[in-house]
Parts: sequence; C-alpha cells; structure tokens
Amino acid sequence: MSMDGPTDKAADSGQPLVSLDGVNKWFGDLHVLQDISLQIARGEVIVVIGPSGSGKSTLCRCINRLESVQEGEIRLDGVLLPEEGKALARLRSDVGMVFQSFNLFAHKTILQNVTLGPIKVRGKSKAEAEKRGRELLERVGISNQADKVPAQLSGGQQQRAAIARALAMDPKVMLFDEPTSALDPEMINEVLDVMVSLARDGMTMVVVTHEMGFARKAADRVVFMDHGKIVEEATPETFFTAPRSDRAKDFLSKILTH
Amino acid sequence: MQAVLDNFAALWSGFLTTLAMSVSAAVIATIVGTLLAAFRVSPIPPLRAFGALYVQLVRNTPLTAVFFLVIFGLPSVDLTFQSFFVAAVVALSVYTSAFVCEVVRSGVNSVSAGQAEAARAIGLTFGQSLREVVLPQAFRTVVPPLGNIWIALVKNTAIAGGGFAVADLAQLAPDLARDNPAQVLGIFAGIALAYMVITVPSGIAVGIIERRTAILR
Ligand SMILES: Nc1ncnc2c1ncn2[C@@H]1O[C@H](COP(=O)(O)OP(=O)(O)OP(=O)(O)O)[C@@H](O)[C@H]1O
Ligand SMILES: [Mg+2]
Repeated sequence: MSMDGPTDKAADSGQPLVSLDGVNKWFGDLHVLQDISLQIARGEVIVVIGPSGSGKSTLCRCINRLESVQEGEIRLDGVLLPEEGKALARLRSDVGMVFQSFNLFAHKTILQNVTLGPIKVRGKSKAEAEKRGRELLERVGISNQADKVPAQLSGGQQQRAAIARALAMDPKVMLFDEPTSALDPEMINEVLDVMVSLARDGMTMVVVTHEMGFARKAADRVVFMDHGKIVEEATPETFFTAPRSDRAKDFLSKILTH
Repeated sequence: MQAVLDNFAALWSGFLTTLAMSVSAAVIATIVGTLLAAFRVSPIPPLRAFGALYVQLVRNTPLTAVFFLVIFGLPSVDLTFQSFFVAAVVALSVYTSAFVCEVVRSGVNSVSAGQAEAARAIGLTFGQSLREVVLPQAFRTVVPPLGNIWIALVKNTAIAGGGFAVADLAQLAPDLARDNPAQVLGIFAGIALAYMVITVPSGIAVGIIERRTAILR
C-alpha cells in the first residue's frame, strides 16, 4: 500500500497528473469502459470525442469518482482515488467539473454558488471567498451578474458561472462534459473563449466536446472513443485531417456533413 | 355560550396545553422526520432500510395505538415518562415524523440530481450537500404539504385529552358538556373555535412562508 501515498516522485513534472490504468466498468451487462489506459500530463488539454453512448461522460465521471470502476486504477497526482468518505470529498475538491446542464444551485446567487465550496470545503472566510469569487466572475465576464440567481441568467452566462464555481476550488484538473451542447448557437463561443483562455493559462483539462474549433485551438491531443474503447489518439490536426481508423473516419464524415 | 364564558379559565388552560403539545410535537417531528428523510436518501443501505421500516410501521398504525404503545407499552421496558403530557408529545412526534419524512423525501427528489452531483463535485460531503444545497430547496417545495401535516397534528392532539388524561381542550369538552347539558352545542362550538385559533393562523403563516421562499427556476 506504500505505493498509494504521494511519493517523492509525485512532485516530479514527469509523472502524469491523471492516470488511468486498465480501467474497466460495467453498467449491469453493458461493458461501458473497456480496458482504458490514459495518461494526462500537467497542463495538457485533452479533447474526448466519439459517438453517443461511447462512454465519454462515464470516463469523465470516473475521474472524480462520481462513478466507481470495477477494475483498474485511477490516480490523481500519483494518489489512488479514495473509495469514499472525507478523503473522496477532498479529492473531488481538487477536480473541477463542468456539466452539460450547468447544475448551478438554484436557491443561491451566482456569487454564493461560487463561494460555497471555498467556504465549506476549504474553510476560507466569507470575505476572502467573496473577493476571489468576484475576481473569477470578472474573469469569465459576468461580474455584473453576481447578485442574481441562476434562473435570471442566459445559458451561456450560467455555464460561465459554473466554470467560475469550479475554478474557485483551485482545481488541479478541470473536466468538461459537453459544456456547450445545451447552449443556443450564439452563446457557444462566449463559453469556448473562456475555456480557450483557461487552456492558454496552463490548466490541465479533459473536455468532452464535438467543437472542432476548440479542439484545433486549444487541445494537445484528441482521444476518439467508440463502444467503450479508446480507438485512436492523435494531435487535433492529424485526427481531423488524417484519421487512421475506419470508425473515426466514419464518425468524422457524419459530424462534418452538418 | 354562557358555560364557555363561565369556564374561561379552564378553557384557557386547556388551550395552552393543546398549543404546547402541538408546537412541541411539530418541532420534534419536523426535525426527526427530516433526519429520517436523510436516512432514506443516504448512500448507506442499513440507514435506508431503517428509515423505510420506521415509516412503514408508524404510518400504517392508528395514532391511538401509538399512544397505547408509548403510555402502556414503553413502561414495560422500563421507559416511563414524567407526565402524560410528555408521553403524548412523544407519541405525536413518533407518529407525525413518519409523515414529515415522506413529504421531505418527495421534496428532496424534486431537487435535480445534477445539483446534488455538482455539490459533491466541488468536494462537499454527503451531509454538507444535503444541508447546503438539497434540503433548503426541498423545504421550499414542501412547505404546503408540511403545513397540512402540522394542522393535522394540532387536531390529532385531541387524542391525548380524549383518551389519555392530558388536560387539554379535548378533555374539557365532555366535562363541560356533562356539567352544562343545556349548552352542549355552545360548548362544542367554543372548543372548536379554540382549535381554529391555532390552525387558521398556522395555515395563513404557511401561505406567507410559501410566497416568501418561492425559488425562481
Ligand atoms: N447510470 C447508468 N446506468 C446504466 N447505464 C448507463 C448509465 N450511465 C450511462 N449508461 C450507459 O452507458 C453508455 C455510455 O454512456 P455515456 O453517457 O458515458 O456515453 P456518452 O459517450 O457520454 O454519450 P453522449 O454523447 O450521448 O453523452 C450508454 O449506453 C448509456 O446508456
Ligand atoms: Mg455524455
């Protein structure tokens, strides 16, 4: 078990920040993640792409253990994900997650949404958390919405608030599960712009998205999934212009025709 | 109505007893019922099973039987209460908490699962996400049905006086009627009015709370 704790090597930049090793997961009979191995370096931006039902969301949710896996190991910064309890909560606080449906806390103002975690989980004072919260709202361009409740904001503004809420925890890695799929077209770019600037600032990111523009601009690597397997990994340029596998070619021809 | 006026002191004291029973049991039942609801949605199977068993047992037992169990059953396992009043509050709380549990649980289910997930994703524990995110919203949606439970509780206190020697409004009614056979109707009207002094303002208060706490969705 000594290997499970943070080792001296954990501080090395050579060690992956997130590492999945031989991960298998089943929902009943459905083998939803099949022998997934994936290493994500510090500061790396990965775009996960693939047909509906291929397991992209499940992969994301396993990285902060919103879903558990039956086989294999997932490590964050060299540390095996805890099973449950306080240790798991602490781990999750280091992994930011942005959902397709925003999931802002409906009874709290935007500022309260952003300060809840820092106050309750990190033990920051209210003043300190609010100061940082306002900075983050400024950064995502909605500082003037701080005192409104989520229902008063547009979809794009809500998603940017959700990004600020995740950033407020100073996460080591950010997971995005189709962050723009629920948005009207004119709001997609305001969210993608925030994500591109995050990537430029060196945030480690795992992004499930079909936005090729974002992948080209910000991703270091594209991971193509199909039927629970990683079928292909390549740079965005290579993947979009010269995919190797037939399944990737077939998938790209479908998303490119509309 | 003369008998009501003549016995105003007794009525007042009965009224206070009914009010005290109602408020104590409402507070306890709301807290216990909420805890039970937390059990029923918790990730820990034994807690879920306990919550479900409690609700099924209590909700399907007549209130009078719960009173019998508390007043005559518990002393046989060496648990006695200082007074019939305390025993009545216990019986009413046990009974009412099962209904509070089910109402709060339905409120919890009305809060989107995504919000609970988002709460866990920023590192809140299960308890914190219930306290900070789920329950505050759940309570707002269950204020009206909780109000119904509280009002039913006020009327259920009558069993304590009617059958179990607590000197409340319900106990007063037959006594006064026996002493003043000519004024039975007036007496019962007076007693009913005294109950309404508690229930009607409660209903109005629930309506106000409901409007004040409505959340924009
Ligand atoms: N909680 C669950 N219980 C049972 N099956 C599930 C559950 N969650 C997902 N699945 C199934 O697992 C498979 C993978 O789902 P997942 O949501 O990871 O796919 P996805 O690649 O994100 O798809 P989409 O592009 O539609 O979001 C699907 O077939 C889905 O029906
Ligand atoms: Mg998905």
